[in-house]
Amino acid sequence: MASHSHIGKPLPMTDAPGKVTGLGKYADDLTVTGMLYGKILHSVHPHARIRAIDTSKAEALPGVKAVATGKDAPNPYGILPIGHDERVFALDKARYIGDNVAAVAATSAEIAEAALDLIDVDYEPLPAWFDPLESMQATSNWIHEQKPGNVEKEYHHEFGNPEQAFAESAFIREERYYAGEVTHAAMEPHSTLAIWEPDGRLTVHSSTQVPYYLHRTIAEVCEMPMSQIRIIKPLVGGGFGGKSEVIPLEVAAPVLAKKARRPVKITYTREEVFYAHRGRPITIADLKVGLTREGKINAVAARVVQDGGAYCGYGPVTVLYSGALLGALYDIPNVRYDGYRVLTNKPACGAMRGHGTVNVRFAFESTLDQLAHDAGMDPVEIRRRNLLKAPCITVNGLRVTSYGLPECIEKAAERSGWAEKKGKLPYGRGVGIACSHYVSGAANPIIRSNMPHTTVNIKVDRDAAVTLFTGASEIGQGSDTIQAQIVAEVLGVKMERIKLVAADTDLTPVDLGSYSSRVTFMAGNACLEAAKNIRAQVFAAVAKKSGCDPAVLEARDDFIFSTRDPGLRMNFDEAAVAAIDFHGALVATGTYAPPEEARGGKHKGAGVGPSPSYSYSAQVVELSVDTETGQVRVHRIVAAHDCGKALNPLTVEGQIEGSVYMGLGQALQEEMIWNEGRLMNPSLLEYRTPTTLETPEIESIIVESNDPEGPFGAKEAGEGSLAATIPAVANAIYDAVGVRINSLPITPEKILAALREKEKQRGGKVARSNGGRR
Amino acid sequence: MNKELIRLKVNGEVHEVAVPPHKLLLDVLREDLGLTGAKRGCDDSSCGCCAVLVDSVAILSCVAIASCYQDAEIVTVEGIAPPGTLDPVQEGYALAGGAQCGYCTPGFLICTKALLARHPHPTLEEIRVALSSNLCRCTGYMQIYESVQLAIERAQAREAAKPAPVGR
Ligand code: FES
Ligand code: FES
Repeated sequence: MASHSHIGKPLPMTDAPGKVTGLGKYADDLTVTGMLYGKILHSVHPHARIRAIDTSKAEALPGVKAVATGKDAPNPYGILPIGHDERVFALDKARYIGDNVAAVAATSAEIAEAALDLIDVDYEPLPAWFDPLESMQATSNWIHEQKPGNVEKEYHHEFGNPEQAFAESAFIREERYYAGEVTHAAMEPHSTLAIWEPDGRLTVHSSTQVPYYLHRTIAEVCEMPMSQIRIIKPLVGGGFGGKSEVIPLEVAAPVLAKKARRPVKITYTREEVFYAHRGRPITIADLKVGLTREGKINAVAARVVQDGGAYCGYGPVTVLYSGALLGALYDIPNVRYDGYRVLTNKPACGAMRGHGTVNVRFAFESTLDQLAHDAGMDPVEIRRRNLLKAPCITVNGLRVTSYGLPECIEKAAERSGWAEKKGKLPYGRGVGIACSHYVSGAANPIIRSNMPHTTVNIKVDRDAAVTLFTGASEIGQGSDTIQAQIVAEVLGVKMERIKLVAADTDLTPVDLGSYSSRVTFMAGNACLEAAKNIRAQVFAAVAKKSGCDPAVLEARDDFIFSTRDPGLRMNFDEAAVAAIDFHGALVATGTYAPPEEARGGKHKGAGVGPSPSYSYSAQVVELSVDTETGQVRVHRIVAAHDCGKALNPLTVEGQIEGSVYMGLGQALQEEMIWNEGRLMNPSLLEYRTPTTLETPEIESIIVESNDPEGPFGAKEAGEGSLAATIPAVANAIYDAVGVRINSLPITPEKILAALREKEKQRGGKVARSNGGRR
Repeated sequence: MNKELIRLKVNGEVHEVAVPPHKLLLDVLREDLGLTGAKRGCDDSSCGCCAVLVDSVAILSCVAIASCYQDAEIVTVEGIAPPGTLDPVQEGYALAGGAQCGYCTPGFLICTKALLARHPHPTLEEIRVALSSNLCRCTGYMQIYESVQLAIERAQAREAAKPAPVGR
């Protein structure tokens, strides 16, 4: 295979200059003439009927240009077609503290804020539900009348014969796991600028991962045709799923703009970001895993309850992902899954990096560690014995096309010095291993259709610039760069020649958005197709002009040349002009839709989980536990990730490290603390994302399994690593001090309590020096 | 609301703006001077996105009253290199992956600048401590350290490439 010019190179991101000079614009950096400032009034009750709202005093305040309430935009919306249960402003009931009740647009933020205080809302408080296990027993005061018993959705799946398999297992573990609620905490607070145009159209600049879903939703709630609305995604300061569905301010700003006939910008405070949430739900997982004497995983059964908050959001997808990926990392013939998405009077949960897989993976990998111990087997060895053999179809119908997990495990073990360390470090210090995987995009779109998931256009004009029109959303993960690299590679041109026009619904064709790690795979394949088409047109023109066979032509370094005739060489500028001359225009379209075989089984809920390909990760964590304070110090994390092919190793490593870091935060210190529906830590001081001081050295290892269908072999890199970090930490803590913590985050308090419990069970004798180790 | 006229020297240029007496430096920079490089990431001085240099020291502009800085040299991310050029720290972050979404980047650049000004050859531990009040949610910090190292190398290379002073 000829070596590549751009693919596989650690190139800097194409949008880096704007980011390092401060000149790049994020939504809140934008202002336009006549712009108003919007502020939202949030409910102070977790569950209350709204009897009446009086906005007259607010409207009378000088500087106030519009006040909107539920009546101004009564149409329901939601990210899932089955979950249209949200309204721009509450119509009848407020369902969580922070729910959106009304909004004001005024000439300054201070005036808007002051006007909020003048809105009188007559609330009738209702009994509220905070605990998911209690909420799902509710017989009255349901959060949504159409959801009896406060259960949003439940799914029951069985593959193979788990009962018989458990009966035949030599070792069985049954454990309950708890994962606290975590949130994205992207550094950029959400912001939306909605501009009412003089011709009656609406232009919306918003911090979104999904401009095309936003487009649909604004059309629905503003009762305007999509053709009259334009969505533009500016630079986005991180998403991690928190901007992957429509966030209330994104519809509130357009409603206000339409009412005021003026541009309106709303930017959340950090506190509002916490209440907008859509993060990873509290998860209670009852897990049972059976192992044969030979160390083969025989069966897994899980009952998972997720505390989804007050609205549907992505909830059914989250709970389905938890089931679909639970048994698909290893070769497991028997799987049972019972998943419940429960409503409570708290902000809605949603998609967060590693969507749906993270908390069950924590449960599974922790349990597997215990089973390895029961069977007297090394945790690395037990994983080796349960590998899939690609290509294959898992028991629940997921098609696996490439599988770099074996190499990930070997590399992570080798680089971390596993063999020398496992069980051999002094008491208080330990190592743990865990694995994970993730989809490279969902094979089935949220709104079912057979249309492409991504379409891109390329235009080359007489200036010989190559303009790529792509709907894909760069949110910091580097997708603009990857797409430019692919196009430059295929056309054999320099990176500087590629101009990218992205995520603007007036200019770019539909891409479903930056979620479920789909962009490299899907937009990448669409770019590949479009660029190959352009190249073929260029070659045809050059061949015609020089009287050669197009099959002998190649493109590289801004030149088209013949592999046969060293005299035939044309620079790209000339070749582009020749192609325009020959074809009339030099344009091409590329699309991507996952193949039929990748779209999964037929059972209810089978649509979630299938992906055209899966990434794989294995990690080893080394840490110390201070047995006096319970404090954990992580020394090093070795993270191997199979991304198919690293189109850009610099950005792939950045994604692996960022995922590991976020997993570490959830493992040890991040948790949203609720008290009767009120968030007790809605700030970055109290919701503690790891700083440089808490983040250890992360060594990322790229594994390349070369997926047969990925662009140049590439697959997912941005999410899959996160889920392995958490159980690797839990397993390392066990190795260090012999206690298992099944509850996240693993705080010093929980460790101390477990150490005391262990001490008590040994009759007060704690053998610190010789290793209380097991 | 009452406003007062204040003079701020930002990135070498003097600006006179009429602002309410309590207006924060971050808001004056972003709203009155159109310098949107410094970002707001939090409500309680916990993120570092808003950092600017005041007489070469990094401060959080979200908790600084603008009128108190009238005699100071204020430098924002837009001003750390002459227009059209990049400072070595900007090159470092751009090339080594230090800026993913880029939202934290202005704050990191400012704090890195301040660190290297007082300490041109910090150890990894010193870098870690110096950047510990800046939050980044994207990178896991590894490529930020690499960016700082690259910035140091680039600064050294530029120094070495400078023509020797005349007369020696
Ligand atoms: S905006 Fe967060 S510290 Fe200033
Ligand atoms: S690069 Fe996104 S927060 Fe640091």
